[in-house]
Amino acid sequence: MRPILLSGHERALTQVKYNRDGDLIFSVSKDQQICVWYAHNGERLGTYHGHQGAIWTVDVDPTSTIIASGSADNTIRLWDIKTGKCLKTWEFPTAVKRVEFNEDGTKLLGVTEKRMGHLGTIVVLDIIVDVDAEQSDEKAMTIVCDESKATVAGWSYLSKYIIAGHEDGSISQYDAKTGEQILNYPIHELDNAITDIQWSQDRTYFITASKDKNAKLITAKDLEVLKTYVSDTPLNSAIITPKKEYVVLGGGQAAMDVTRTSARQGKFEARFYHKIFEDEIGRVRGHFGPLNTVAAEPNGKGYASGGEDGYVRVHQFDKGYFDFMYEVERERANRIGVTA
Amino acid sequence: MAPSYDTLRDEDLDEDDFDVDEVDISDLREKYEVQLEQGYDTFVVIDGLPEVNEEQKPKLVKFLLKKLNTVGKTKEDLIFMPMGENGKSMRFAFVEYSSAAEAAAAVRQLDLTPLDKKHTLRVNKMTDVDRYGREGRIDEDYTPPIIEPFQEKEHLRSFMADPSGRGRDQFVMYRGEAVGVFWNSEKDAPENIVDRQHWTDTFVQWTPLGTYLTSVHAQGVQLWGGASWSRQKRFAHPFVNLVAFSPNEKYMVTWSNRPISIPDEGHPSLSIEDDGKNYIIWDIETSKPIRSFAQLDTPGGAGVDENGVAKKQKFPWPAFKWSADDKYVARLNQGNSISIYELPRMNLLDKTAIKIEGVVDFDWAPATPSRDGIKAYEQLLCFWTPEIGSNPAKVSLMSIPSKEIVRTLNLFSVSDAKLHWQSDAAYLCVKVDRHSKSKKSQATTLEIFRVKEKGVPVEVVDTIKDTVINFAWEPKGDRFVIITTTEPVGPTAVPPKTSVSFFCPEKAKGNAIGNFKHLRTLDKKNSNAIYWSPKGRFVVVATVANTQSSDLDFYDLDFEGEKPESDKDLTANLQLMNIAEHYGVTDIEWDPSGRFVATWASSWKHSMENGYHLYDFKGEQLREEAIEKFKQWQWRPRPASLLSKEEQKTIRRNLREYSRIFEVEDAERINSADVAVVEERRRLLDEWLAWREAVEEELAEEREILGLPADLVGELLKAKTAQIAPDQEEVTVEEIMEEVLEETEEIVS
Repeated sequence: MRPILLSGHERALTQVKYNRDGDLIFSVSKDQQICVWYAHNGERLGTYHGHQGAIWTVDVDPTSTIIASGSADNTIRLWDIKTGKCLKTWEFPTAVKRVEFNEDGTKLLGVTEKRMGHLGTIVVLDIIVDVDAEQSDEKAMTIVCDESKATVAGWSYLSKYIIAGHEDGSISQYDAKTGEQILNYPIHELDNAITDIQWSQDRTYFITASKDKNAKLITAKDLEVLKTYVSDTPLNSAIITPKKEYVVLGGGQAAMDVTRTSARQGKFEARFYHKIFEDEIGRVRGHFGPLNTVAAEPNGKGYASGGEDGYVRVHQFDKGYFDFMYEVERERANRIGVTA
Repeated sequence: MAPSYDTLRDEDLDEDDFDVDEVDISDLREKYEVQLEQGYDTFVVIDGLPEVNEEQKPKLVKFLLKKLNTVGKTKEDLIFMPMGENGKSMRFAFVEYSSAAEAAAAVRQLDLTPLDKKHTLRVNKMTDVDRYGREGRIDEDYTPPIIEPFQEKEHLRSFMADPSGRGRDQFVMYRGEAVGVFWNSEKDAPENIVDRQHWTDTFVQWTPLGTYLTSVHAQGVQLWGGASWSRQKRFAHPFVNLVAFSPNEKYMVTWSNRPISIPDEGHPSLSIEDDGKNYIIWDIETSKPIRSFAQLDTPGGAGVDENGVAKKQKFPWPAFKWSADDKYVARLNQGNSISIYELPRMNLLDKTAIKIEGVVDFDWAPATPSRDGIKAYEQLLCFWTPEIGSNPAKVSLMSIPSKEIVRTLNLFSVSDAKLHWQSDAAYLCVKVDRHSKSKKSQATTLEIFRVKEKGVPVEVVDTIKDTVINFAWEPKGDRFVIITTTEPVGPTAVPPKTSVSFFCPEKAKGNAIGNFKHLRTLDKKNSNAIYWSPKGRFVVVATVANTQSSDLDFYDLDFEGEKPESDKDLTANLQLMNIAEHYGVTDIEWDPSGRFVATWASSWKHSMENGYHLYDFKGEQLREEAIEKFKQWQWRPRPASLLSKEEQKTIRRNLREYSRIFEVEDAERINSADVAVVEERRRLLDEWLAWREAVEEELAEEREILGLPADLVGELLKAKTAQIAPDQEEVTVEEIMEEVLEETEEIVS
């Protein structure tokens, strides 16, 4: 599996996203740039200029028309993918750490930082997926996190719930219409922040990554923990791979601690686990800093990882990846093959 | 209400109407009263003397004096023997010693010594007699002590019976704050037996036969054992730092760098005589202290070496060395003498230390030797002295208790020597670092004492040109490995390149052991440590505590394959079986059966990649586990086999049959484990698929209720396509890629 190295950023990557078709990769970093790349050859298509601070997050609408980005300059911006034009800017009192479109792209949520006397919030904006439309200035809804600030958040299936991961290691479920908190469970170890939440394709369950070195598979409906993946390093990101039943975890010794340890101890590898059996299957090396973000190609053909080292590595899975099966899986596949 | 200060009148201050006698100060008096009896500390009372008259009295006193002076100083006129009215003595005497310590020694050593057939001396401290013997202190009626009914104790060797019937070994792991004991399960996760948080304060240690696990605390040492891992013994030695055991687990030495200070209210197990001492020798069975010692100042230890650099004072541990049978313990007084104490009474052998001028180091033979033609009981002790004036350096073997010198070897130009006993005490190798006359170059020779042969011949191996930095005998065998280096060993940034050399005896006729010959040298290594299998034959040569390299080389010295022609007269066939690497390894230990090797990186030494690896004897890695704050691993030792030599031989002869049974068992176990795993996976997979099906159904239903299309995004994309290109039907664009793999041009003439 030879990766394509995307070296366009000058500072640590913060988030990498594929569009729905899996042909474009959007990457954001602390160097205030949003880059878009062709996934198949790693050629840079263009950049989006305008942010005045480190960019923490990016998301693409399902029709690959617009992207939203959130930055340390306290804004969420909406961009036209094709022209690179900034369509809209919303200002907030604090930095925006996470944005995500809902299933049909009509709503956007943003997670704002807790700072300077402002509590962390999750804001919801109404979006019209059209580059020519006038976007509303008003926030459709604001959820205030007065217990522990939200670090990440996302939309569940049918935009029914908003799921948020908190700094204290807990996960909340909010009603996406009213903003009311329905559930809050201390799922990860206390005070080990949830660093990532990413969805299964149908958004009925999701995977969390946490500083407590574990990743967990959780249902959206009642926040039941289905699986736990134990690693030996603080995790920054986790994905569920489409098509094959795997999960990929990324992390590594915290950037500030790296200088104190040997390179081999950094554990800067992407780790593959079997989603159902919770076994570690393999690791992919390459980054020389912790992995800050991992993204799954929506068709299950590959994945991309962004590291503290400023590189995005795009991997296309080999045949071996698709052929690999546990005995029991093969057994089942054969049975289905016979009956079909 | 008491008058306040400013309303005080003169009358209030008048002390005359205040009666001092009325104040009850008895409690204060009790507390601060001068302890008159303390003046009697130097006195002892001797009971059990024969009845004598005035004439016989001087004779008895003289006789007594002889005995009494063995432990301290006293004089004839300091013995007071009261005479009764009938002119006969009252069968007891008071004796004054010159110091309280002597009096205490008299009580300890002379009490219960028989005088003759009828009389046994009873020696008590005067203060004790006064304290306990005073009228009223003792109940007139005898009340028999309550004897607790016998309670079955746990079998301390129950660990020898592996519940799985596989004869696995146990080990202890200390990581973070938790100490756990496990069964070694080879490739699988070790099976936990017990795991406790804060079981120890500093480290854990097995006793030499594996009976107890030692935990070390600020208050002292505790021993744990039995199936329930309950506390078996406690030894209160405040601020204890180190612990050592006698080879047969009868005694224990504890050491603290802080001298013991006995508080005024006393100490539960130590007495005032132990005050200021650093070492305590304990009897493990009774958990009572036997004797305590203060630390010796090493003369010239903390000096300055030739280069003007302050020498690091080497702390000698173990300070007390035990003979192989637990009967003697000896301590070195650097440069002066060796003190040998007899157990169980801990009295100095022949009441004097053995004076050896300049003695640097000594060591007991690790086994009771059987020398050719010597039938008498003995323990061997070897020691060496450097060159003093024109006298050569000497290595001597001494037989204990006779103190007879068995063999002495004179050596010249010695800068240092190290003593290495072979585990059966069949050989003693003295590694002698010699310097040339100009003191510029260094070389090492090995002087090997063949202890079991007549007259203890010494064989010299002087073919080594470099300095030997490590030496190790094969346990129960007669081969050895050395590591040499050409560069001086010092605190350099880059560790020196080393060579590893193997030596073995030549083939000889009959049962004789031939001369030691060089077998093989491997150059350009970084190795610095040698770990022989406790059963011999296999050896791991490793690079430990090194940041650059951490190789583990596994060798077999009895390789069953073809033997090179050059080695045909040698009793070894060397084969490198495997090279493994464990980054940052700090410690290595073989299990007692010689089947497994544990290597670990301890957070005591560094914080990189702490954890352990487990290898089999061939060097194949079985397990690897990274554990944060991993500190210590120790295999539980096994006591000696109960089988006789013949029985062991029979087993060895039938090994093939046994191994067939074990192989079948192993295969079955692995199979059943595999089946269990597969079953579990099948269950998980079914569970997952069932859950997915339910969720998908539910989702479809909800979607229908909300009136949403099944493929929401698909619809959106279709809408977008329609907007961008309203008139066009969806077209499929096919692109045909052609790749030229090879082009050849052929010219046809």
